[in-house]
Amino acid sequence: MNSGANISGSIRRRLTLQLLGIAAVLAALLFVMVMTYAKQVAEESQDNILSASATSILDSAAIQSGEVTVDIPYSALSMLGNVSDDRVFYRVVVNGKYLTGYESLPIAKASKGQDSHRFITSHYLGESIRMVSATRRLSNASGPVEVTVSVAQTLKRQRETLERISANAAYLGFGFFIAAAVLGILTAQSAVRPVQTLANSVSKRGPQDLRTVQAPVPGEMAPLVVALNRFMARLKKSLTRSEEFIAEAAHRIRTPLAVLRTQAEIALRRVERPENRAALKEMIRAIDESSRAAGQLLDHAMVSFRTDHLEVKDINLLDLAEETLERLRPLAEMQDKTLSSHGEETTLISGDAILIQNALSNILDNAIKYAPQGEDVQVVVTSEDNWVVLSVYDQGPGFAPEDIDQLTERFSRGKNAEDTVGSGLGLTIAEEVTQAHGGHLKLSNRTNVRGACVSFYFPQS
Amino acid sequence: MRILLFPSVLIVLLASLLSAGAYEIEQHKVFPAPQEGANLRIISNSDIDIFSPMVVAFQRKYPSVSIDYTVVSSTELMTALYDEKQVFDVAISSAMDLQVKLANDGFTLPHNSSVAGLMPDWARWRNHVFAFTQEPASVVYSKSAFAGLEVPTSRQNLISTLRNNPERFLNKVGTYDIRQSGLGFLFATQDARTSDTFWRLNEVMGSLNARLYCCSADMISDITKGDLAVAYNVLGSYASARAASDPDIGILELEDFTTLMLRSAIIPAGAEQPEIAGAFIDHLITASWSEEGADYYPYPKLNRNEIAPNLSLRAIRLGPGLLVYQDNLKRQRFLQEWQNAIIQQ
Repeated sequence: MNSGANISGSIRRRLTLQLLGIAAVLAALLFVMVMTYAKQVAEESQDNILSASATSILDSAAIQSGEVTVDIPYSALSMLGNVSDDRVFYRVVVNGKYLTGYESLPIAKASKGQDSHRFITSHYLGESIRMVSATRRLSNASGPVEVTVSVAQTLKRQRETLERISANAAYLGFGFFIAAAVLGILTAQSAVRPVQTLANSVSKRGPQDLRTVQAPVPGEMAPLVVALNRFMARLKKSLTRSEEFIAEAAHRIRTPLAVLRTQAEIALRRVERPENRAALKEMIRAIDESSRAAGQLLDHAMVSFRTDHLEVKDINLLDLAEETLERLRPLAEMQDKTLSSHGEETTLISGDAILIQNALSNILDNAIKYAPQGEDVQVVVTSEDNWVVLSVYDQGPGFAPEDIDQLTERFSRGKNAEDTVGSGLGLTIAEEVTQAHGGHLKLSNRTNVRGACVSFYFPQS
Repeated sequence: MRILLFPSVLIVLLASLLSAGAYEIEQHKVFPAPQEGANLRIISNSDIDIFSPMVVAFQRKYPSVSIDYTVVSSTELMTALYDEKQVFDVAISSAMDLQVKLANDGFTLPHNSSVAGLMPDWARWRNHVFAFTQEPASVVYSKSAFAGLEVPTSRQNLISTLRNNPERFLNKVGTYDIRQSGLGFLFATQDARTSDTFWRLNEVMGSLNARLYCCSADMISDITKGDLAVAYNVLGSYASARAASDPDIGILELEDFTTLMLRSAIIPAGAEQPEIAGAFIDHLITASWSEEGADYYPYPKLNRNEIAPNLSLRAIRLGPGLLVYQDNLKRQRFLQEWQNAIIQQ
């Protein structure tokens, strides 16, 4: 089907890849967003509890006999142990001087004053820590004192939480990607389906079918279909015109040819010198050939026209065959040949009688021509499976096996017919007629005896 | 160069000798290996007599490991590991706060135990501290000394009994000297955290000229000798061992609340045999927490529920809360208040 098309990519593949790409980007974005949010929440919740702890230590700071002292509440550190088993460090500094706790904890840089709690992430004793520092002012006899409490916690729990969420977020992102990918593939398929439908309906047509496309198509495809319809209309018109031209030409040639043949025969009766007679005979033969060809061209034009507008009715094939034979008998008897028909009396098909008769007479014409003198031509009607078969048997030389496939092409003649008058259109007409009826033509040589067999296969009505 | 090197070596040797002697060893025993092999150094505040079945059972599984077992008080254990950074492979202590402090401050190695699933989550802190006992802080008394008196069931009862019979209990009340004993300090701080009666009890004991001890074993000995009538915050596990042979010894778990301590093991940061130490800790976990238990396990059977059905039992939680009373200021203040209460001369 693709032979001859210059293919560059596929809409469906491109669409699928683009949708998959979008799905992947969105899934990655989802993962990043979930992780960012989770990290924020995890940090916030750790910061909150660190703040609460630092505040409760700071609240315990008091001045006793002129000295600042802190009485760390049990809950200040145990609350940190309730949510995680991270390591905990703290430090209390009074006016920049170490009071108690872990002296070497890092120092949170003074913030720009917007918040009483300052958070930093740092390292202590070989582990990452999150630390909050809070400051409170007290005053004793000698003036104000500044108490700064720092509480720090390692990040093990936060890391574990994030790892867990990260695994879940990865599953979520992957699931999202799979779902989006499936939907994307389905979407791409459904987007391309009208194109495929149109392509199928056009490529399924027979060679003569040049009707316009009527099935509904999506708006985007309308220009293509309009162009296609226009193109087919033009093609049809040009075909019709050339058929008409050929028919007209054939018709115009036939009448002068008949006059010419009569004149030639009259002349033949008059001349006596053998070389002149031979020349005239040759002339008559050429005229016969030309007028036969013109006749077949006319027939063919007629067949081409009628196959588009079949006049279908029930036909008894045997009757039709007998009628045709009757018309050809005078010609056959002149050559001392017998025409006979037999077969199933009651077999009916639905078809165009004029077309079938035309096709049959073309084949019989051939058969009579190629059969040796004194031999028979038979027409037999049989049934085979769902087909009604009309076969014409002669006793001529038969078909050359290497020719059989090409013989139905226009103007093709068999190798063993080179010395006989003929245009090569007879089998083409027969095949076009059977195809117009939904059947086919089969050429074969007779087994056991000399001769060819041409079978018309028509579907049973 | 050589002349310079010699004195420096000498100084290092001297320094190490000095530091080796700086913490006080109470008992020391080597359990030689049946086969030639590695040496596991354990520092512990558990008495050899009680703990040795665990060691022997371990050596049945690992016959090539000889065990060097050093008994120190819980404060000395802290000195040895925290201040002097002595080399030990396993440290076992009943002072939970000191164990947690060691782990929190980076003096321990992690151990990813394959049998950790046997123990409840609250029985370990991080993968550093592994508890393997639950031991109540009990009141141990001499039944003869209480003759004619009702046996107290709560601290209030105990306070009024002591207060009403000063002639009987003068000089005959004992408790931990929490300045010396890490476990005594832990029990005292947890008592103070739980109830104010602790301070009243201390004042009463102070007024009776209470005798202060380093260890449970000594208090129990003095009760059997008749030197003490009652001892407060004694390890019940030690007492029940003695009560079996001395019918005069009575053990009380007070109904207002009884503190439950978890004895735990850690692998110190400087351990030379961390893998064998891990195997030893796994051995402790299996012996204590496995469903069927072990016949050589010398401590009271464990309760897997954190809060026992009997609500008066208060298990001390492993965790950073225990660091609070290890704060210098807080510790000094607590010791001062305690001394004010109990030393009244």
